[in-house]
Amino acid sequence: MKKRYTLFWLIPLIVGISLIPVVTNSVIYRETVFLILMYITLAVSLNIILGYTGYVSFGHIVFYGIGGYTSFYLMYKWGIHLIIAMIIGGIVSALVALIVGEAVLKLRGAIFAIATIGINEAIKSLVTNLPFLGGATGMFFNFKIYKTYGGASKAIWFAYYLMVIVTIVTLIASYLIKNSKFGYGLFAIREDEDAATVLGVNTKRFKSIAYAVSAFFPGLVGAIFFFKAGNIEPEDAFHLVKSIEMIFMVMLGGFGTLSGPPIGALLYERLKGVLLVNPLFKNLHMAIAGFVLLIIILFAPGGIVGSLRNKFKKLRGLLE
Amino acid sequence: MILKIQSITKRFGGLVAVNKVSFEVKKQEIFGIIGPNGAGKTTLFNVISGVYYPEEGKIFFNNKEITKLDCYKRARLGIARTHQIVKPLNELTVLENVMVGACFGKTNASLKESILIAEKVLNGVGLTDKKDILAAKLNVPEKKRLELARALASGPDIILLDEVLAGLNPTEADEMLQVIQKIREGGITILMIEHLMHAIMKISDRIIVLDYGAKIAEGTPEEVANNPKVIEAYLGDPDLALKFIKSKENTL
Repeated sequence: MKKRYTLFWLIPLIVGISLIPVVTNSVIYRETVFLILMYITLAVSLNIILGYTGYVSFGHIVFYGIGGYTSFYLMYKWGIHLIIAMIIGGIVSALVALIVGEAVLKLRGAIFAIATIGINEAIKSLVTNLPFLGGATGMFFNFKIYKTYGGASKAIWFAYYLMVIVTIVTLIASYLIKNSKFGYGLFAIREDEDAATVLGVNTKRFKSIAYAVSAFFPGLVGAIFFFKAGNIEPEDAFHLVKSIEMIFMVMLGGFGTLSGPPIGALLYERLKGVLLVNPLFKNLHMAIAGFVLLIIILFAPGGIVGSLRNKFKKLRGLLE
Repeated sequence: MILKIQSITKRFGGLVAVNKVSFEVKKQEIFGIIGPNGAGKTTLFNVISGVYYPEEGKIFFNNKEITKLDCYKRARLGIARTHQIVKPLNELTVLENVMVGACFGKTNASLKESILIAEKVLNGVGLTDKKDILAAKLNVPEKKRLELARALASGPDIILLDEVLAGLNPTEADEMLQVIQKIREGGITILMIEHLMHAIMKISDRIIVLDYGAKIAEGTPEEVANNPKVIEAYLGDPDLALKFIKSKENTL
């Protein structure tokens, strides 16, 4: 078996970054790192269906929205604790993926991608029209909810630590899948679904499970994010631009690799941060991201990690 | 009787690709399928491996009916195949390609075991020195051997070879024939489609001939080569058929 060291630097790196706001006790750093962690988790989970299985889930943000809405409602209505609400949110996202997957995972290529956008838009419309979820204006927390966690300020730190844990769990899940028999089945599907079937891979079940797993973690992220924000509305929860950002991060870092999506997410957050505060570029960051994406697809389809792996064969154990 | 095909018919719209074909394959036999282009040979393979379901007829494998069984389940029962148009898993290494075969076929190996199995099989087909390169980087003869290795790693009882000799030069084809012989000696039944007449005449125990989806002949290579229907449909020149048989006597 090849030596696999990627997690040995990746997890310390993430823990290191996560400690910056704690050590400096800086709210600004906390917000930045929270966003980075959120992006990492979203990118890593999208990579399971996009990078490992080869299915371009374009509307993947829908699972973030579903997890967000489910957990928000549970906390808002019944005062359920964030951790429980978050896990239920993730499970509901995964279940929706299983059910919807029955239909859309039969589609391949561009048609699948378009169908996933349709799912996002359909669920957004549904939520907008459900009065008990607050309709188009969404829901707002009463500040009393934060009392359970020792006040609003502590609640936000609590959400931050939870995000750190979710990020690390997602990364470990991604690693375990990549280095398992299940993962090899997914790669076979990505490379040639018909060949995979003939080789004995139960492609239908494998795709369903991969889709559900890649929906579960965004569900958790949505729960934490909207808990911290204190309000949720359809435009925020099912924002298609976030979906495109997720794809961009995965492609930038290297799709199908373990370390690519986190690196892509980190770089994207920094890039976006720089561009957004620059008066010249502040409305152009998506345009620039689009241009960079084009360059990646044309000249380095393996992304950063894929290109490094090709150039430096000795680094492969470190850059999985 | 390892495989029994009973009056199989497969249609695509108005086209009858396979028309009431029946035959039986004995254990450890090398069974050849020949016929002109478009005769339905590959469609027949697709029906046996479960890519398509037949409209009529039944398929039995080890006395168990598998006519409607899912494709991946047949692989797990021990039916492996190679493709005429090779289907390598491009972005995986050669070793990983074969590991997939070992993990999900009848072998049902764990990931760790599959590495050992894959290495052994790659050694058998002569791809050991290529095991760490991406399958996409192989040339066509190597990709054919990879297909074979992947099928073998799955630990099949029967292996369906779809034109594994096509595109190989005479030396490579001879090597491949030896590999096929070795596979049979290992206890695996072989069902093969081949256009290289001298090769299939030489290696097969029995042959069936398809034309326009229907079986027009069945028998030993000699019987088939002397069958007037076969000569008319496929071989064309009766002297050529005799030549094939002679070359068989000379080389085996």
